[in-house]
Amino acid sequence: MLIELKDVNKTYQGAQPLHVLKGINLSIEKGEFVSIMGSSGSGKSTLLNILGILDNYDSGEYRIDGKLIWDLSETKAAEYRNKMIGFIFQSYNLIGFKTAVENVELPLFYQGVSRHKRHEMAMEYLDKLGLAQWAGHYPNEMSGGQKQRVAIARALITKPDIILADEPTGALDSRTSVEIMDLLKELNEKEKMTIIVVTHESGVANYTNKIIHIKDGVIGQIEENSRHDATAFGSENGMLK
Amino acid sequence: MRFDIDRLKEIIDTLARNRSRTLLTGFGIFWGIFMLLLMLGAGDGLKTILNKNFEGFTSNAVIVGAAPTSKPYGGFKRDRQWEMDLSDIEAIKSLVQEADVVTPMYSDWRNEVSFGGRSYSANLKGLDYEYSKVETPEMLYGRWLNEVDCKQERKVCVLGKRVWENIFPDGSDPCGKYLKIKDMQYQIIGVDGRSSNISINGNSNEAVVTPAPLMDKLLQKGGKFEIMCFTVKEGGESKVLQDKVKSILARRHTIDPEDKHAIMVLDTKKLFSIVDNLFKGVNILVLLVGLGTLLAGAIGVSNIMMVTVKERTTEIGIRRAIGATPNMILSQIITESVGLTVISGMFGILVSVGLLGLVGKIVSANPEIGPVSFQIGFWTALGVLSLLAVLGILAGLAPAIRAMNIKPVDAMREE
Ligand SMILES: Nc1ncnc2c1ncn2[C@@H]1O[C@H](COP(=O)(O)OP(=O)(O)OP(=O)(O)O)[C@@H](O)[C@H]1O
Ligand SMILES: [Mg+2]
Repeated sequence: MLIELKDVNKTYQGAQPLHVLKGINLSIEKGEFVSIMGSSGSGKSTLLNILGILDNYDSGEYRIDGKLIWDLSETKAAEYRNKMIGFIFQSYNLIGFKTAVENVELPLFYQGVSRHKRHEMAMEYLDKLGLAQWAGHYPNEMSGGQKQRVAIARALITKPDIILADEPTGALDSRTSVEIMDLLKELNEKEKMTIIVVTHESGVANYTNKIIHIKDGVIGQIEENSRHDATAFGSENGMLK
Repeated sequence: MRFDIDRLKEIIDTLARNRSRTLLTGFGIFWGIFMLLLMLGAGDGLKTILNKNFEGFTSNAVIVGAAPTSKPYGGFKRDRQWEMDLSDIEAIKSLVQEADVVTPMYSDWRNEVSFGGRSYSANLKGLDYEYSKVETPEMLYGRWLNEVDCKQERKVCVLGKRVWENIFPDGSDPCGKYLKIKDMQYQIIGVDGRSSNISINGNSNEAVVTPAPLMDKLLQKGGKFEIMCFTVKEGGESKVLQDKVKSILARRHTIDPEDKHAIMVLDTKKLFSIVDNLFKGVNILVLLVGLGTLLAGAIGVSNIMMVTVKERTTEIGIRRAIGATPNMILSQIITESVGLTVISGMFGILVSVGLLGLVGKIVSANPEIGPVSFQIGFWTALGVLSLLAVLGILAGLAPAIRAMNIKPVDAMREE
């Protein structure tokens, strides 16, 4: 089991403590392509942040590949994130004053990979995603779809165990969304990459092989979706939105 | 993490991102360094100019002169002109253990000296070879008087610079030539190029120096002279020497011990220490003002870095999310701060060194003053550079700690 959560709880402390995750139990195997669905405010991003070791949980157990993720030092957490997890965000989260290739290189920079090697690998990944000629461009010179593909290249470059994507198509039009989801699907099928996508769009979820519904802070229904016909209100021809 | 091209590029990238702000922040540091070095350099230059007045004099020389008495004493009326003599020297040598060199100065004003049809009105000075310990000669040609010259009363002379310039206008080596003084030929053995402004019976520029015993004899001085020069022995007190010498002279020449005017004393140590103290004060002031300006600049850097870190919360969050450890963020911000301070400071050093060089050139072009360096020393520059690095670290510390504590989740929620 690559990812295992047992009774994970998370409460946001504040003026009014908010119990967001109320005992999450979840297992995801290596090579799975799953989506986490739920309405706004249901705790999807909170769960994904915990999965990505970006945030702590209050109780329960979270293991990656058997390693307990609990009470890690910031340094250790950074190292795990760098080595095991690739992130894709709704807002791309590229660094604006760095070119596409420099953005893709960055995780390797933090691994101490040499300049030359780093650059070579980044170019290779950009090329894979059809962005070779955009390598020297800054994010504000690129379209949303291009930016998201740069972000995907950055997520892939460390060859992580898990790709976590929080609303990866949230800021994209439907055609570009299809492109991005096709890309993720291909990554899962060809490279056996484990991918977890958070979304509230059933069309997006329909691309994945398993749909995990989260409601009121607990895991609800888990749909097998290998036939990709689970869309409650999706379109017949597989288009999104 | 090591320092390499990557780190440098990171710094340049981030600093270049907001050019005008970087420039303004850097300017505070630049200005601080510029002012500090400019004032330090100018102070040193002025000190050199002032000290030129005493050039050649040892800092522990004491010069004693005989002047008319200002009080009647022991049957003598006031305003009596008295003279020292060679037996005073013997007495002082045996009684004052603080004295190292004790040497007379014979003088004879305004003598025509001539060579090859050119003449000049110079001051004759009769000095002993030991006098070179009181006022160090700077030979342009040949040598100064030595022990044998004095013992054998050789008819030799050393020319002052101005005398040489006037009699040998082509600037040639006069050694071996014979100078005519009072119808007698003296062989020239050297030219003393010193240009001190302390004048003891006339500036040494204008003097022709001959052995003291020779002058005593030829001018029929009978062992009498008006000026005696001392150097203070290592460990001896100049003040004690002066008091002892004064009381010995007063006793031997029947002068009222209370007479403040009859025995004139010039203490070079005092002269030097006046200048030294003046510039110590100036330097302290310069350091206070300069370091103050610099500190203000550093606080400016710290403030701006703080603002920058706030603005870069998302960026730092992204870096943390993709694997930067807190220490990497900490060192990045500190390197940026050090980079900004050191680079701005270097410009300050460059510009002030350039300006000081220019001032030095202009001042040195003035023949009255001669070559003066207004430059700051290498070690001062190095010290300033390390000071900059330290300031950079201090300025970056608070912003860096703030940046280090940015959590990736918080950062990414802040869009
Ligand atoms: N740092 C925080 N402090 C306090 N409350 C928070 C914090 N982050 C999220 N919340 C709250 O927790 C709940 C779950 O948030 P979360 O971001 O996980 O929802 P989501 O399912 O991702 O929603 P959306 O689909 O709108 O992105 C929300 O009510 C949100 O307001
Ligand atoms: Mg969300």
